[in-house]
This record gives sequence, C-alpha cells and structure tokens, in this order.
Amino acid sequence: MKGAMDFLFEIGCEEIPAGMLPGAVKELQAILEKYLKTSNLLLEAPVETLGAPRRLAASCASIRERQPDEVRELTGPPKSVAYDAAGKPTRAAESFAQKVGIPVAKLTMVTTPKGEYLSAKQVIKGKPATEILEDFLPRAVAEITWPRSMYWTGADGLRFIRPIRWVVALLGGKPLKFTLGDAKAGNSTAGHRFLGKSKIPVTSAKDYVQKLRANFVLVKAEDRRKKIDAELGKLAAGKGLRIHADAHLLDLVTYLNEFPSAIMGGFDPAYLELPDEILLTVMRGHQKYFGLEKKNGSLAPHFLAVINLDKDRAGLIRAGHERVLRARFADARFFWETDQKCRLADYLPKLAAVTYQAKLGSYGEKVERVRALARWLAEQWFASGIPQASVGAADRAAELAKCDLVTDMVREFTELQGVVGGLYAKAQGEPEEVAWAVYDQYKPAGLDDPIPRNLTGQALALADKMDSLVGCFAVGLVPSGSSDPFALRRAAMGIVKVLVESKLPVSLSMMIAKSARTLESSPRKIQVSPEVEKQVLDFLLDRARFVLKERGGLAYDEINAGLAAGADDLVDAVRRIEAVKAIRKTKNFEPLAISFKRIRKILDKAGPEAGWKLPAVRAELFTEDAELDLYQRAAEVAKEADRQKRDSRYREALQKIAGLRPEVDKFFEEVMVMAEEEDVRKNRLTLLAGLLAEFSTIADFSEIVAAESGK
Amino acid sequence: MDPITQMTQNLKHNIKNPPKGPTFQNLILQLQKYWGDRGCVIQQPYDVEVGAGTMHPETFLRVLGPKPYRVAYVQPSRRPADGRYGENPNRLFKHHQLQVILKPAPADVQDLYLQSLAAIGLRLADHDVRFEEDNWESPTLGAWGIGWQVLLDGLEITQFTYFQQSGGIDLDPVPVELTYGLDRICAYLQGVDSVYDVRWSDDRSYGDVRLLEEQEFSAYNFEYADPVVTRKLFELHEKEATQLLDVYKGQGDTRDPRFPLLAAYDHCLKCSHLFNLLDSRGVISTTERAQLIGRVRQIACRTASGFLAQQEQAASQGETTTETTGASR
Repeated sequence: MKGAMDFLFEIGCEEIPAGMLPGAVKELQAILEKYLKTSNLLLEAPVETLGAPRRLAASCASIRERQPDEVRELTGPPKSVAYDAAGKPTRAAESFAQKVGIPVAKLTMVTTPKGEYLSAKQVIKGKPATEILEDFLPRAVAEITWPRSMYWTGADGLRFIRPIRWVVALLGGKPLKFTLGDAKAGNSTAGHRFLGKSKIPVTSAKDYVQKLRANFVLVKAEDRRKKIDAELGKLAAGKGLRIHADAHLLDLVTYLNEFPSAIMGGFDPAYLELPDEILLTVMRGHQKYFGLEKKNGSLAPHFLAVINLDKDRAGLIRAGHERVLRARFADARFFWETDQKCRLADYLPKLAAVTYQAKLGSYGEKVERVRALARWLAEQWFASGIPQASVGAADRAAELAKCDLVTDMVREFTELQGVVGGLYAKAQGEPEEVAWAVYDQYKPAGLDDPIPRNLTGQALALADKMDSLVGCFAVGLVPSGSSDPFALRRAAMGIVKVLVESKLPVSLSMMIAKSARTLESSPRKIQVSPEVEKQVLDFLLDRARFVLKERGGLAYDEINAGLAAGADDLVDAVRRIEAVKAIRKTKNFEPLAISFKRIRKILDKAGPEAGWKLPAVRAELFTEDAELDLYQRAAEVAKEADRQKRDSRYREALQKIAGLRPEVDKFFEEVMVMAEEEDVRKNRLTLLAGLLAEFSTIADFSEIVAAESGK
Repeated sequence: MDPITQMTQNLKHNIKNPPKGPTFQNLILQLQKYWGDRGCVIQQPYDVEVGAGTMHPETFLRVLGPKPYRVAYVQPSRRPADGRYGENPNRLFKHHQLQVILKPAPADVQDLYLQSLAAIGLRLADHDVRFEEDNWESPTLGAWGIGWQVLLDGLEITQFTYFQQSGGIDLDPVPVELTYGLDRICAYLQGVDSVYDVRWSDDRSYGDVRLLEEQEFSAYNFEYADPVVTRKLFELHEKEATQLLDVYKGQGDTRDPRFPLLAAYDHCLKCSHLFNLLDSRGVISTTERAQLIGRVRQIACRTASGFLAQQEQAASQGETTTETTGASR
C-alpha cells in the first residue's frame, strides 16, 4: 500500500498480573484503533495487540505517513450584511475573513435555502503521523484501566499496573520520541528474563515477533497456549493418564509465562486417601498445577506444572515443586484429621460467634432461619405429590450446612466451603442425601454451573439464598451498580436456575413471605414490609429475565409476555414462554399480537373501565356481522384453549388463539369501535376487554415486539 | 559424647558428604554482605515484638518523607496465631525475615534482587523463578503497596512491594521493600523438608536453637495468656501512646525537637502484638476485630504524620543553620 507505514509499539513492564493481561490487551487495541481512526491515520489493516507478562504490544501494517488535508467549508454572514449597497465588503465580511485567515477577495458565496451567504474554504493541513503518535501514545497508555494501579517515579508520575522499564515505538522503522514514566521510547526490546538477551534492537513488527521468539519469548498468547497444550498432552499420554480439564487454569498459565514449558512431578500415593476435591484445590489454587486422572476418573499421584523456562535443566525444578506440594498436602491431611476429631454438628455452637451481617446476626442465627425455610419447602413439595421430599433430611442438611465455616480446612481453602462440609458429613456417616445437599449448597455458582444434584440440596440452596435475599433487602442492603458485597444477584440467579431446571413447583411470593415471617419471628425480630417483599420479587423476576434470555435462548419480549401473564410459578411461566417462542414464527401469531396491542391502546384511551364496561356482552347490540362472528368464534376458542391450558398444553392453546386472527382482522376492517351510539360503543369495548382478558392468561400478546416494527 | 568428639565426627561426615546449601547463619551473612555492598545500612532487629519487618521503625518511619535511604536487617517476626507447637515442619510462631528497603526504588531493582539469589548460591537458569501478583497491605499500619510474591520452583520466598502508602501517607519517592522468608529459603537450599532440620550453624540445628521457644510460645499464645490481662495491657499501651501524641499535638508550633514520637511508636507496636495475641486466644469477635485494628491504625497514622512534621521541622532548621553559616563566612 502506498504511503502506508508499519507501526510497532511495546510497553516493557515488570510482571503484569496474569488475570489482567487479556483485558489490557483488548483494551489497548480498542484505544489505539479508535484514536487512529478518528485521527484519520488508519488505512486498512487492523491494529493487532499482543501481551506477555513483561510486555503489552501493538502493531499495525498500514498507518498513513500523514493525515490527509481536510477542507472545511465555513459559512459567514449573509450577503446582505457582508456587502454594502455599493458592493463593498463591510466590517462583518472583514472580520469573517480574518477569522478564517483568508483575504476578503478570496471569499466565495454559497446559496442556501435561506439565501446567499459568504463562505470560505479552509484547508486544514494534515499533521505527520509521527507528531500525532508522539503526542497520543503516552495518553493511550494512561487510558488503560486497571483494578489498582501504582506510581513509581513519584506521587504525580504516570500510573500503570507495574513500573514501565522500556518502550519500543517504531513508525516506518524509525523510533518515535516520547517517554512513559522515566522510560524513553526507542527500538530496543528485552527477551526472556533468564534465557534471552536484555537489549534486542528491532526494526518492524515481524522482526519483533521473530527476535523475541529467538530470545525465548512467545509474545502471542495463542503460541503459548498451543505449546502448553501440546506439552501437557504429551506428558499425560506418556503415563497413560488424562488431564483434569481446567480451562481457567490453562488461561492463567498462558498469561503467567513468557516461555511456558510443562513438567511432570509426582507425590506419595498415600495422599490419595484424601478426597480428590481437596487434592485438586491444593494443586490448582496454590500451586497452579494440573491434576492427572486415570482411565476410571480417579486421581493419579502425578501433577503437571507449567514453568517459565525451556526445560528443567538440573531436575531441581521438579524436585522443588514436589517438595512444596508435599508440604501443602501434609497441611491438608493435618486439617482433614484434626477437623474430624469432633463431628461436624459439634461445630454448630461456634457459629454463634461468626457474624453473617451485623444486623442479620451470626451464622448460627442464619442456620435456624434456613432450617425453617428448607423444612417448609420440603413440606410444600411433599404435599404437592413429590413423595421423595423429606422434611427431616432438609432440616438436617440445613443444620449442618454452615458448620464447615469454622473448620481449619475451610479457613485455609475458603473456596471449598460446602464441599468440605459435605465430605465430612459423608465420612461421618450422614445419609448420602444430606451429605450431597451440604456439598452442593452454594450451587449454582454461575450461569453455567449445575444446580444441586438432589431434592434436599435444592431445598437447602433455595432456602439459604432466599434468606440472604430477603434478609439483606429488609436491612437495606440492596445491590446498586457494581456494589453487591453479599452477592445477592448471584443468589437470585441461583434461585431462578434451581427452580427452572429442577422444575419444582414453588410459589415465589409464598416463599418470599415465608422467609419474611421467619425473619420476623426470629429472636432478632427483623421486620420485612410488604414493599420489601415486592422489591425482592421484582429483583428475582429481573434475574429471571436475564437467566431465561442467556440460558434458555428466549427473547426479551417473549419472556415479558410470559411473565406479564403470571410469574409466581416460574416453571409454569417458562412453559408458557416456550410455547410463545414455538408458535411465534407461525403466520397468524405476530399479526394477532399487533391487533392485541391495538386493543390495549383502544381500551387505555377509553378511560377507566367503570365508564364503559357492561356486566356482559349483549349480542342484541351488535350491528355488524364481524362483531358477532368474533364474539361467537372467540367463545368457542376460549372453551377449547381453556381445556388445553388446564393440561399445560400451552402451545396448542396459543395456536388455537392465534387462529382467531381472521375474525379479529375482519372486526377491525369493518367495525368502528368508538361508535356514536353509547350502548353499541360500550358493548364493543366490553367485547374487546373480554377478549384481551381471556386470551392473556398464557402470555400477554401486547408485550410481543413484532418483527416488522423492530425491537 | 563429648563436644569435641561430636565435632570431629561431624567434620569427618561433612568431608565425605558435603552438606547442601549454606547454614542459616551464613545465609544471613551472605545476604547482609550483598546488600551492605549495595549501599544499605545493615541494621539490627528491632527489640520490640513485631509481626513483620515492615513494622521496624527503620521501615515504617524511614519510608516517609523525601530523604533517600537504604537499609537491610533481619527481623524475627512473631505471629502468635501461626504457632504449631513445633509440630508442623513449615509453620512457625516466630519466623525470620530479611528486610531490605531501597528508597527510592532503583529502576533495576528486580535484577538487583535476582542477583542476590545468585549470591546465595542459586543458578537462576536451573530454577523457575517468577513474580506473581500479590499486593501487600497492612490495615494496622495504614500501609499498602503493589507487588508480587516471588516463587522459587513453586515456593514463596520473597514479598516484593513498591510501597505506595505508610501510616496513611502517600509516599514520594516510592520505596521498594524486599522481604525474604529466611527460614523457608534456607530449608530449600539445604534440601530438607522440615525447618527444624535446617543446619543453623555447622553443628547446631534450627530445632536445637528454636524448638523449645516454638513449643512454649505456642502454649502461651493459645492457652496460657490471660485474656483479661492481655486486654488490659493493650489498653495501657494505647493510653500511653495516645497521651504522648496528644501532648505532641498540644505543643503546636513550639514543639520540642526531641519529642519522643519513637516512644509513642513503641507503644503502638506493643498494641499491635497484643492484638495478635488476643486474636490467637480466640477472644475477639469479627466486629471487635475491625474495631481494634482501627484503634492501632489510628496510633500508627498519628505517629507517622507527627514523625513527618518533626522531620520537616528539623530540615527547615537545618537549612536556616546553613544559611547563617554561609552569611557569617
């Protein structure tokens, strides 16, 4: 490309936290691309950004040498003001000329709808790219956002994630002139900390990537990931083992090393007595090791570590990692044994000293409330024909649920709360149902996490989350913006997911009310107003919309249509929403939805029902065939749809209703609703109101956003 | 066996199988030599109980204000809750930190640090040494910084921190703090799994020197310390520190240049240690915990800002003196 120059930029930095690198790489790209576009410097090729622990880099193959000149047409005063009767320029014309920097004689006229105006063509000379980039790059670097930045050259110096130690900035192979902090831009990068050279001159983006590779830095994340993947796979296969999959860990080690290599280590098989969950947490959490599994899924006494070197030359690295792991496992075994010198339930009294939240009291108090709510859920389910629902199991699971919070194991491995309680419960002979319920109580942890595996676990998870939600809302801890310290959004999402995926019948408003009464009758007597209950319900429905959209692949308007027709039983609501989705593509549905919207508008316009609603439609007042047809047909459809609805055959019912379209269309073609005669008008309005009410119990059609009208 | 025979036997054994890595005391000497050669004052441990080398006035107070400073020292650090009666091979009530402060932080500080590892016998290309994100914060001192933990083949060996604030005061210039965990580094270098098997000197083990202390203080910290007395002591030290700081404040512009802020700080350290002791006795609830930390922090922050004012006062008087001398010449 003519006039296109190659651009290379590297911020050489002390080790950037691995978790922040991918975001920063993306952000740098967006910042550069946006600015290069607005300053008209970017020709065609996109900006590519790269990142490794000691560097953030960007390259682009087509930067203009200079900005194109820009011609701007400026309009001055009208001709009548600019020239006097004799055709001589007035002061107004002269001051305009001065402003735009062009002699009066060179000004031109432009004709606009408002008349003739004085006009000037101003040519704005494009600046050279060098000048623009030298001014812009330091600002671009400051624009990258970090969770917690630092300064290093003094309190008013540049802020960045870690000190910047070198900068490469080349345009067309020539270094740009600017500084970042106290580092001057130049053409020299640095290789791997221990294996590469510390000063490497580079000439272009291509040269940069190649020279770094020669100096043991894989600057492209994809290259590092491939190398890790290949080496992990090879080592595992060599022992006939399988890697315990961990995408998050793979991401982490990809951004933690400049030249990653995998090594294998082993540990004493005696440690395999400890539960896999604990072994894996120790390996993954603290040491960032991958666990290895045998064919049958159980753990093998080996691990894979990713190191930031080409190889373990002297075998010292493997020995070192094994030694550290040995100490960690010894700790874990110590916790496993000492924690179980007493039974899980014996920890219960200690929960009185652990605060859940100042106004909501201790975990001991929370446990009592959760027990009550979990029992209530099990009772409800049993009563509605689910014989496996056990009040006793739900109560026991809730009683044991929080005991592990005061064990040494959970103090050391916080992320294992629940899991540890479940493992101890199982090891101590609690029924499987109870042990798994404790184990799963914090599930689902996210949108893609499964819900608790059994009914008791589902009761416990619902009860625990609902108590947090209602309790926190009652004492004013409502999430706002990004602040949600008690993770209430996640709790609400969890409630929705458990209900929708378990398909258990629960009335949301009743569960909220039960939780509220439990808080009120607790020793702390926490008052929950009806407004708070409503607030919780709205909060839950808001999360429900989100979950259904993200997980269920349902559209917002379908969800709104379904929820507007009743949301207290989410499982039922989902069935209705799915029915809407299934038939929305059929030919009658959306046109009918548009008609329903029209009906709603007409009724809204007609004012309060009291002013027009008749006790019943009076057939004798019909004057047109179309209204009688609609009336009769609707009655038939209603009868049938109702029967299907009662069998939860929502799809058929909706199809039936959609079949009303010809009659509805005809009605609107031939009938003037707002007739002059009062009786006739009221009768028509009553007919429409009945129609709307009758057919909105599955979904509120007026919420549907028809395709042609856009969203 | 008499000591002479014992030593001779050790010597014979050592000639056949040269022991791996430096002794604990030689490790300290090597690091002190290394940092002494790089312009550090080699200080001694502070003689009041502290939980970390950062609490030594040579760090906490010296990092304040504009004066450059370099210092290194060993600091035995007491963490009552970490005691394990000498039964855990890695966890100690009292461990040893080698603390280095370089103010301002030089641009090549990571390299300087890595060369110190070479100085204690590590060939860097044979090991996986990495800097992993770990920001340091001490709520009791109103201090925090940005940095990493340095991992040696998966073992945390050093906390590496660019200080941003101390005693609630923004730091300028920015000092860097390197805190080596001497006990575990030494165990690693000697290739032993238990810290108690570390050779402290040629013929004495870490266990010989320290085991009894670990046992007795674990017992004291977890069982024998009287919570009522401990709380009372906390309050007394707090009272004395507050009293001093109030007098200092009352002196306003006429303050005594020798005002004992360092004594106020000693009482602050006592409070911090007594708080840790109460914590290990398990007599502090979550809410009280935050409250007590806040009380210690308040003393620490008041001391820090007083110290800074005192330094500024001394500096401006220093300038006046120089000017006077200049004029009289």
